[in-house]
Amino acid sequence: MPEQFIAPSIDWFALSPYLVMVAGALGLLVVGALTPRWPRGLYSLVSALTATSAGVLAVFIWNDVAEMGPGTLVGGALSHDAFAQFVTIAVCAATALVALVTDAEVRGTVLEGPEIHALLLTAATGAMVMGASNDLIVLFLGLETLSLALYVLAASERTAAGQEAGMKYFILGGLASAVFLYGIALLYGGARSTNLGEIVARFQSTVALERNDSLVLAGLALLIVGLGFKVAAAPFHVWSPDVYQGAPTHVTAFMASVGKAAAFAAMLRVLVIALPFHRDDWRPVIWVLAIASLVIGSTLAVVQTDVKRMLAFSSVSHAGFLLVGVEAAGHRAGEQISGDGLESVLVYLALYSVLVVGTFSIVAVVSRHAGGSTDISVFAGLGRRRPVLALALTILLLAQAGVPLTSGFVAKWGVIQSAVAERSYAIAIIAMVSAVIAAFLYLRIMVSAWLADPSEVEPEPVPAMTGVAIALAAAVTLVVGVYPELLLGWTDAVSNFAR
Amino acid sequence: MEPTTTSYLVLAALLFGIGATGLMIRRNPLVMFMCIELMLNAVNLTFVALATRFSDIDGQTAVFFVMVVAAAEVVVGLGIIISIMRRRPGATVDDLAELKG
Repeated sequence: MPEQFIAPSIDWFALSPYLVMVAGALGLLVVGALTPRWPRGLYSLVSALTATSAGVLAVFIWNDVAEMGPGTLVGGALSHDAFAQFVTIAVCAATALVALVTDAEVRGTVLEGPEIHALLLTAATGAMVMGASNDLIVLFLGLETLSLALYVLAASERTAAGQEAGMKYFILGGLASAVFLYGIALLYGGARSTNLGEIVARFQSTVALERNDSLVLAGLALLIVGLGFKVAAAPFHVWSPDVYQGAPTHVTAFMASVGKAAAFAAMLRVLVIALPFHRDDWRPVIWVLAIASLVIGSTLAVVQTDVKRMLAFSSVSHAGFLLVGVEAAGHRAGEQISGDGLESVLVYLALYSVLVVGTFSIVAVVSRHAGGSTDISVFAGLGRRRPVLALALTILLLAQAGVPLTSGFVAKWGVIQSAVAERSYAIAIIAMVSAVIAAFLYLRIMVSAWLADPSEVEPEPVPAMTGVAIALAAAVTLVVGVYPELLLGWTDAVSNFAR
Repeated sequence: MEPTTTSYLVLAALLFGIGATGLMIRRNPLVMFMCIELMLNAVNLTFVALATRFSDIDGQTAVFFVMVVAAAEVVVGLGIIISIMRRRPGATVDDLAELKG
């Protein structure tokens, strides 16, 4: 007799951030298709408001989790913990900022309309699911929801460069997804489950449950390769400079913030939460990836002349810093007192998401005025033309470099401190040296903006909503930099995750 | 000789390898795209073989999800390829070399 199907109980409130995002995306598409063109900026405002309300709901759910303790949702498919809510809040904040910037970028083109915002919200939902997934198949579905929407967004501008970026991203992203999925299949073969809780239980159990360690190790290797592609860690970063440069700037901002945050959240879920018993197998691999990303990212960034390419390599070096935190988390993964690694990575992700969106927004404003060119020469004399914009750019670039009194310093301090606490001195020293090399690149942009001869161009117009997004990003960067306890006071909870 | 689970796993690994090799050596975007599909289906075969071995429904459920994702990927991939081909008929990936540095 077939077994009776028992539907899992569903806590609708705990799922509300995802529901709000999907409802926002569908609402924009359906209502947008049935009504004449909305007044300018309304599409952006609706999608920014949708993302903001999803983020606010996540704050309420955070409080619930703090009171009731972590758990799982929908039959163990999703985690209900502070980790998931933290990723959701970071993703929603970055999405809202990108939605504001998108308005001016697509105005007057064929792309003006609800579709691009629906894609942004869908991609963000995928990212949120990745951060909350408690099952590898759910993780894969979130990854594909994010990636497929991002392929379309990357190819959305019908220029030769945009299409090339879309094609390159699609082929390499598809390869990475297939490798990642093969890793899931082999891990399933080794541990007999795709559920993170059940995988851990199989390793934890004192009764010798049947498992196949060689399949687990092969799966682990493939998972790291797939995730390495998605986070753009060297040597799997080769797609990122081309795609970052060719994609429309607001999409690049989204990729660098939401795409990276989701991929790192997935990496923490897979490595630290699901496979702590193989930590001595994956930690050396992460160590090598971290060093390669730090060195390659910061040195190759310095020789670029295109600002978007520079920022792409700088994002590779940021991935290296994040991997330093993952490596630190690997020392005591799965133990009662697990150190600060996981927490420092999540704080880094949240702060980096905000400041990278701000940086790319300024690049978008300047390059739109220069006819789409993103060469460093178009920044020459920005300080004379638009002193406030140049000041915001300076703040955000100083934060990327990790200068004290900016949020970038708080982020970098966190990962390096957690690495030192685990006695990973070598990796901490290499990270600090590469931060110094990378500082040269940010200084080059700043010198060009402030000290280069003012070129005979009109000051670039700063659209109101883009201006708001830049101001918010710069304000967060400064406030968190000066008062880090505002953020760090409540991030301790994220290491209390569910599985 | 009866095929065992291992035979299916080896076959799937071979198919995955053929897909990955094809992706790296072929230059036609459509053929590269077919190679990605071949890799995804090799994974499906792995899932089915393992699920049968464990008499477990989870692996077979996973295959359905992967099929849906692969179908969605076809829609997006063909869309991007068609938009490129309209602009430059007969383009190979070697022609897409504007972005470098």
